[in-house]
Amino acid sequence: MLLEAQKIRADFPILKRQIGGKPLVYLDNAASSQKPQSVLLTMNAFYQVSYANIHRGVYTIAEEATELYEKARETVANFLNTKTHREIIFTRGTTEAINLVRFSWGRKNVQSGDEILLTEMEHHSNLVPWQLLAQEKGAKLKFIPFDSQGKLVLDQLDSLLTDKTKLVAMNFVSNTFGTINPVEKVIAKAHAKGIPVLLDAAQAVPHLTVDVQKLDCDFLAFSSHKMLGPTGIGVLYAKEKILEAMDPFLGGGEMIKEVHWDHSTWNDLPGKFEAGTQSIAEAVGLKAAIDYLKTIGLEKIHDHEQALARYTMEQFSEMKELTFYGPPPKDRCGLVAFNLQGIHPHDVAAVLDRSGICVRAGHHCTQPLHRKLGLEASVRASYYLYNTKEEVDLLIDALKETTRFFKK
Amino acid sequence: MDTLYREEILEHYKYPRNKGTLEKPDITYKDFNPLCGDECQIDLHVKDNRVDEVKFMAKGCAISQAATSMLTEMIEGKSLEEIKQLSKKDILDVLGIELGPVRLKCALLCLKVLKGGIYGIKEWPT
Repeated sequence: MLLEAQKIRADFPILKRQIGGKPLVYLDNAASSQKPQSVLLTMNAFYQVSYANIHRGVYTIAEEATELYEKARETVANFLNTKTHREIIFTRGTTEAINLVRFSWGRKNVQSGDEILLTEMEHHSNLVPWQLLAQEKGAKLKFIPFDSQGKLVLDQLDSLLTDKTKLVAMNFVSNTFGTINPVEKVIAKAHAKGIPVLLDAAQAVPHLTVDVQKLDCDFLAFSSHKMLGPTGIGVLYAKEKILEAMDPFLGGGEMIKEVHWDHSTWNDLPGKFEAGTQSIAEAVGLKAAIDYLKTIGLEKIHDHEQALARYTMEQFSEMKELTFYGPPPKDRCGLVAFNLQGIHPHDVAAVLDRSGICVRAGHHCTQPLHRKLGLEASVRASYYLYNTKEEVDLLIDALKETTRFFKK
Repeated sequence: MDTLYREEILEHYKYPRNKGTLEKPDITYKDFNPLCGDECQIDLHVKDNRVDEVKFMAKGCAISQAATSMLTEMIEGKSLEEIKQLSKKDILDVLGIELGPVRLKCALLCLKVLKGGIYGIKEWPT
């Protein structure tokens, strides 16, 4: 079921843009999304009317700014259905959120000989931080494998979760296959052995209804810029009890309760993890983005994107020179990675750009995944609520043209 | 399209010159473009301070393959001192196209590798 895309598109100023006389076809939403007018206007208005630093000033606009910032936190908390807004930590993005867990939780809880269980389809941002922690502590990384459809193989999960496993860190939705991973199953099995689970939800929160209490995940990280919001802000959700027991991340202002020459005590949650001046306008912008997503409805957005992915895969199936990766449409979000035989992904993307079509070419920060497939890189088209079937047709036409051009 | 992929670029891409490796190279050097995972290795035989033989192995797009192929043709018989003088402009001149900042690196990886191998220069050519 497709959304009324034309109505939605009118809310996104950049979509009026032309590239070399052709309309912009933006199909790189898994990398970052475009912003609706409401987000831009809200941030602009905040700077023009209420801007000041938060949590300190006692004057009117400082109070207003603080209120708007905390209102944003409440909005995120409601959006994820957390028990309390104290479980929402604002970070710079998914990467910083995962690294926060690495430093504040990992250093304390992972020791020599311990194991961290990941999957073979992690984005580098949920792989490299754990490599660094494992190197520091002498711990070991293990991986849940994926099959030829880009789906996780859970047969061996019981033996992968050992007495030494201290954490499971996995992506909710794969940024390369588009697979919606069976995170509930993994969480249930991990919890049965008392192991906490971190979800990299960068590709999930923008596209799916995410309820952290229902999922029962222990940590969850995502970025604002992939869900219609501004760059420079993201979220770490963690269960309150876990956050309370964690060491601080960055030291500085706001994260303290009392400071002496030689020691300090820590602020209550969430301030304990928010040292320094935060991305205030960005938090306000993120709230506007969530408000916008809610007016459309995440279920409808997911259906729309999945329908576009299904249509794309149907068209791709008829192109013999094209190979695409990942599971059937029903198991995925709205993205499709592929290759044109004998043409490097960068060349495909460069030729598509001539038609105003923006796709990602490269390893999408999943180099080990590509290596396992025997690939250096791939092309990826990723959809969001403002994309249309007509845009998929333009993509297909341009890909056929690309093949003709390089084969001539 | 012709402004980005001139006939000559496609020709070098499809039929690269000096592709392969050397048995006992005097200089061999490999580097990557972390942006896209492209890699390039250049092997050299040097005689009297001049490039006697050159071979390359590269993974990457048409621009990077063609640029490397063209560069190897350019340096055959050249002295190491002459190679040191090669710049971004020399590569862009033989390619005969204009490139944005991202794809510029596709074109310049080969020269970066060459200078890295001969002189240990780690910077992107300017």
